[in-house]
Amino acid sequence: MSFDNAYEALADADDDARWAYGMDCGDPLSGLDDPIPSDVDGDDLAAYCLMLGDDALVMSHRLQQWCTRAPEIEDELAIANIGLDLLGQARLLLTRAGHADGSGRTEDDYAYLRDESEFRNVRLVEAARGDFAQLAATLLVFSTWRLALLHKLTESGDPVLAAVAAKGVKEVAYHREYAAGWVIRLGDGTDYSRERMLAGLAEVWPWVGELFTPHEIEVRLARFGVAVDPSTLRAEFDAVLAGVFAAATVVPPEAPAMATVSGRAGRDGVHTEAMGYLIAELQHVARAYPGATW
Amino acid sequence: MSGPVDARAVAETVTDPELPMLTLADLGVLREVSEHDGRVAVTITPTYTGCPALETMRDDLRHALRDAGYREVEVRLALRPPWTTDWITPAGRRKLAEAGIAPPAAAPRTPSAGPIPLALGSTVVAVPCPRCDSTDTVELSRFSSTACKALYRCRWCHEPFEHVKEI
Repeated sequence: MSFDNAYEALADADDDARWAYGMDCGDPLSGLDDPIPSDVDGDDLAAYCLMLGDDALVMSHRLQQWCTRAPEIEDELAIANIGLDLLGQARLLLTRAGHADGSGRTEDDYAYLRDESEFRNVRLVEAARGDFAQLAATLLVFSTWRLALLHKLTESGDPVLAAVAAKGVKEVAYHREYAAGWVIRLGDGTDYSRERMLAGLAEVWPWVGELFTPHEIEVRLARFGVAVDPSTLRAEFDAVLAGVFAAATVVPPEAPAMATVSGRAGRDGVHTEAMGYLIAELQHVARAYPGATW
Repeated sequence: MSGPVDARAVAETVTDPELPMLTLADLGVLREVSEHDGRVAVTITPTYTGCPALETMRDDLRHALRDAGYREVEVRLALRPPWTTDWITPAGRRKLAEAGIAPPAAAPRTPSAGPIPLALGSTVVAVPCPRCDSTDTVELSRFSSTACKALYRCRWCHEPFEHVKEI
């Protein structure tokens, strides 16, 4: 259906919610045949979907904050596109959480109406926007880890997780390539770019350990072949990064893992100071005008 | 045939919102059209997970089929197997090239076992310029105006062009 005039399309009497009009996008998983695996606890599956969905949602939000701030138009487009891919993954995973726990909550309910302690993302993705080298470092670590995770998740016993993973693998492979390219370019560039790259990696490194620390829900679901135990991903992560660091002529930073709070971290809803500000920005309009559409 | 016009034929006329020279069938996102007692079920698959054109595709399909006289239209989503650029039809590839967009080469295979290899440096296969056919082209950015395209420049005719990247 084509319209000569954009307003004509919006006002189309034939009613259906049009994208960007009212933003009533509907259930992104609508029409998907998606039974919950019978031996799996629905609340566990929902929590796991939130873990992977929140990782993508929060990382996407940080990437969106780079709009108009990237060094070049090509990188502006790249960062926005990577953020869009992750937002798409988050939408499906948050929607799946609402199916799995039987609450019927929508992606918007989860994104806009949960408090900080209910978010289950790893703390790596929370850090406020630093410089471009820090972004490259964060994105390299995040996408290398997530690609390894999604690749194993394609075998998941949950059909929706397996499908989201199969799609995500293709996308995140491009994200990792983009980030690796910049880490190499800056690390193996001028003395100054190298200095900034090393500083960026040092900033990110304390958050790496948490990525491979399994949460009890991940362990439980991994036993049913539904989730991936993240501790099984470390060897691949180290091997990929060793290759990138060698090409970038940098030595990986040595930094102890950031402390937990009595053993609890992002997956348990324990976050860094930056998270509160991020959520305030993300949720402000939805909280101030409940139920509003535009 | 229970509808006024064959439902599949109608669905096949709907074009992609962001690549309007292609129909959804050319793009390979139109997976199945079934018709029963005047009710139509269409199955589509997203190109990229976050592609904002998906909602428009759903609406455009519903509108086209209702205009053709089908009262009940359901648009379903299939995520698996994931869309690949290999599903773009030969006609679709020709239309892309005619519009100045370089069509994709064969998509890389995701290995079923073992890590996904990371290519460092320039291992990208040369993309021929859709204007002058020169293969002396350079990738400016892996990401372009939409999620599915990369930005290139031809060193021979100096024109920039877009390329539907292999996925």
